[in-house]
This record gives sequence, C-alpha cells and structure tokens, in this order.
Amino acid sequence: MSRNGSIALIFHTFFVIFMVAPILVVCLVAFTPEGYLSLPTNGFSLRWFRTIADYPEFINAFWVSLWIGAVSSVVALLFAVPAALAIARHQFRGREALSALFLSPLMIPHVVLGIAFLRFFTQAGLSGTFIALLIAHVVVVFPFALRLTLAAATGMDRSVEMAAVSLGASNWTLFRRVTLPLILPGVVSGWALAFIQSFDEVTMTVFLAAPGIETLPVRMFLYIQDNIDPLVTSVSASVIVITMLALILLDRFYGLERVLAGHSDRGR
Amino acid sequence: MSTSASVTAAQESAVPAPGKQERSGARAPWPLLLPALILFVAVVIVPLAMTVLLSFHNWGQYTGIEFVITLKNWHEIWSDPYFYEMFARTFRIAGLATLIAALFGAPEAYILNRMRAPWKGFFLLIILGPLLISVVARTLGWALLFGGNSGLVNKALMAVGVIDGPIPFMFTEAGVVIALAHVMMPFMVLSVWAALQRVDPQIENAALSLGAGQMTIMRRIILPQIMPGVLSGGIIVFALSASAFATPSIIGGRRLKVAATLAYDEFLNTLNWPLGAAVAVLLLVALVLIIVGSNAIIERRYSEVFR
Repeated sequence: MSRNGSIALIFHTFFVIFMVAPILVVCLVAFTPEGYLSLPTNGFSLRWFRTIADYPEFINAFWVSLWIGAVSSVVALLFAVPAALAIARHQFRGREALSALFLSPLMIPHVVLGIAFLRFFTQAGLSGTFIALLIAHVVVVFPFALRLTLAAATGMDRSVEMAAVSLGASNWTLFRRVTLPLILPGVVSGWALAFIQSFDEVTMTVFLAAPGIETLPVRMFLYIQDNIDPLVTSVSASVIVITMLALILLDRFYGLERVLAGHSDRGR
Repeated sequence: MSTSASVTAAQESAVPAPGKQERSGARAPWPLLLPALILFVAVVIVPLAMTVLLSFHNWGQYTGIEFVITLKNWHEIWSDPYFYEMFARTFRIAGLATLIAALFGAPEAYILNRMRAPWKGFFLLIILGPLLISVVARTLGWALLFGGNSGLVNKALMAVGVIDGPIPFMFTEAGVVIALAHVMMPFMVLSVWAALQRVDPQIENAALSLGAGQMTIMRRIILPQIMPGVLSGGIIVFALSASAFATPSIIGGRRLKVAATLAYDEFLNTLNWPLGAAVAVLLLVALVLIIVGSNAIIERRYSEVFR
C-alpha cells in the first residue's frame, strides 16, 4: 500500500485536533486554580477535584451508575445468552423477525424509549424507582449483550460439544463445562460493552430519573442545564479518565476493533 | 426497524446463518427464546403501544390526561407552524451534521487505512475512542470551546484571520451542527473503515500499473467501493442526529428546540404528555420511514457490492 501524501497528513492532523480538542479542553479546565472557567495558566490545581467530595449528589450518582450498569448488563446476559444460542444454532421460522425485535432498541430513538418507559412505569406504579431504571437499562443494553454473544456462539467449534454428548454429558453439564467456557470471551466483552452503554446512557434515563436515583450522566446533564462551572468539568474529566482506562483494558484483553464492530450501527 | 435492511459489514454478521451441521427443523427452540421474547413484549412492545395510544388522549391544563380518543394533538402538530418549523430544524441540523461527517470522516478513514502498523492502531483508538466517552462530557467540551464570544474557537479563527469578529456558536444551529458532527463522527469513520476492509488493494495497484492518475483512482476505484459504507454510515449518523437530545439541549439552549428536546419539555415541564407522545411517535415514524426507504435504495443500487 502506498503511503499518505503531505496533504493527507495535514488533513489528518486537523481531523485529530478536531476529535481531541473538546475532550482535552474539559480535562485542562478541570485543573484550573481559579474559581471560574479558565485554562490553567498559573499552574495546575486539584481544588475542583477535591470539591467533588462536597457534592454528595455526584458521588451518589456515580454509585447508582455503577450499580445500574453492572446489574443491568448481567441481567441482559441472562436473557441474551440462551437467545443467542438459539439464534446461532437453529434455523426456524421467524428467526429474522425475532433477531430484528431483539436488536430493535438500537433503532428506536432513546427519547422515544424514555417516553414509553415513563408512561409504562407510571401506569405500573413503578415510576421513580430503582427497579424501573434497571429494567429500562436491561432493554437498552440487550442488543450489545446479544450481538457479542451471538458472534461467539456462531464462530464456535461444535465438535467438542458432540464429544461431550457422546461421553454422556447432561444438558446442564454440557452448557456449564463446554459451551459456556467456549463462548466466555464473547460473553465477557458483551458484558463490558453493555456496561459502558448503560454507564453513558443519558437520553432515556433523564425521563426515568428521580432525586436520589439519578445516574452520573443525568446528574451532569441537569447540572450543566443550570450553569457550567469548573466543578462539572472536573467531574467530566474523571468520567473521561475512567472510560479511557476501561477502553485500554478492553483493547488489551479483547481488541477494540472487535468490540466496536458490535457497536457500529447503534442508536443512541 | 429491520436488521435485514442493514448494510455494514458488522451488521451483515449480526444474524449469521447457522453452520452446516445444524438441524434445520422449522420448530423454534422456544425454551431458549421465550424469556427474552416475554421481556421484549412486556417492556418494549407494550410501552410503545401505550405511547401511541397516549398520543390520541386529550389533555387539559387542570384536568390532566383525559382517557378519550381524539385527534387533537395530531391536528395541533399538523396545523401549528411552530411544529413544522421545529421538525424542519431537526432534520436540517441532522442533514448538515451527516454531510460534515461524510465529507471529513470518509477521507479520514481512507487515510487511516493507509497508515502503518503502530500509528494505525493508535489513531484508530484516538478517533473511535470518543464513541465510548459520555456524550454529556463531549458536549461540555464544545460548550467550553464555543463559550460566548471569547471562546477558544473564535480566538483561534480570529488569530488565523478567517473571521474578523467573533461569531456566535452557543445557542445557534451552527454550534449544534458542529458538536453533533463531532459526536457522530466515529460512526462514519467506523462504517467507511468496514467498507475499506473489503477493498482489494490490488485493484488500486492494477489501475496504477495501467497508467491511471491519483485523481482517477480516487474517483473511479476507491469512491465507488466505499460509497456503500459512506451511505450506511450516513443513515446511522442522520438517525442518531435527528433524535439527539443532550447535545442540542446543551449547545442549543432552551430556545432552539428540536424534536427530542421539545418532547422532553412537554413531558417534564409543561406536563402535556399526550402532545409530547405525539411528537415522539411522529419522530419515530419519520425516522423509520427514512431509514427503511434509504436502505432499500442503497441495497438496490449497490446490490453487486454486497453479494
């Protein structure tokens, strides 16, 4: 393959600046020693990171996000793994339609999902509860859990399973000792991607959040609507750093390209 | 809302055909599927149906939601120019963001693809990584860059001499378009990248050996082959931009309403749920029609590429 010319490299430089600038500026402003929004020109300060501790609503929202993300991804997998095995291994009528249904949360705008869930959970008497938020997140992350599990189940070598069956393994033993270990990389990365999706979700969650059960992005969003100050930049910078760390771990253990391939046509 | 209408490489592998040794009985393995199916009927289909029904209910300032069937909300959206303007703005912003993403994302994907080993992976991480960073944090970055008349973007543009005085980005459509293009850019790069993986570099070399110039190769060899990737990426970016919420809300402010932020206002400020539901349902229907329609056109036009 031929190399890029100088025009291409100049274009590339500007493109990278465009992509990185907004993220970089958040991280820089977070270190300002001043009491207002400014780039740190007179040295770096951690005062705004220390200030986060004085705002329990951000700390609380962080824990809510962590719990919702972790639990909803596990619950989604409990539903998605059997469904993925069925879709990967059986040819049956309605298979395409069923897959479309299971992947539909990618296509439905999250604002529509938020409204539908708000109406549904209000009628069900569950509005403003943790369980409502959890169920909503299970639905939204389900396609990601399904997709990566499906990819693993499709690429799996079935001969090991047949050997196990011929040696008299029961269905449960077969799943626990043979199938699950073989699809585990897909399941784990499905969990990771589902967790990140849940952790980032704001549009749908903003409809369901209530004081005390707000996720971190929702808390940040509502805060920004009132005013933008260095505090919210230090919170955002923390979120960016945490995401970057997760990203690097994911890249090391599974390969970012494979994860993002399952990500490529989602609807936020 | 069909996955069969999908076009990217990743989507094609979404529902792979079962291997040869599988049984191809017509009976579905219901015990495995039923839990997920019940979940989806109960908490996706039922709530969506309730939302459609809600859009036909009446609402009064003092009475709240009245359980009657009326076309009032739909008539209001149809006849009030405010809604026409709002939907036009929504799709105009989405269209421009898509255009910017295509014009810059597609060449960048091509350049990335030609890079050598360590740089390729590094820049791919830099460009696709933001996809996983909270959209609120990314939009906050743009709010800081735009920040009134003395924002960094204006300072930089004036220093270079592109503009004489500061141009307002906050609370304007231009600002929303730029921020949205940034938020959606990774999807476009990813989509074109996927298309490029299927391009045989030998074709380019063949053209080169037959005496084609760089421009000819670009126009006759590369562009036709990555066009499906650009178009499917465009559909994704358009759909996500038209239903975006956080970015138009933060950059656009309270006055510059788009469909998603208007629906939010009706639900959580005005409390006119039926009208908000009608706006949301209309957005959903419009997007589904646009996505399914353009997918069908692309698939027919580029059927040979996908074979």
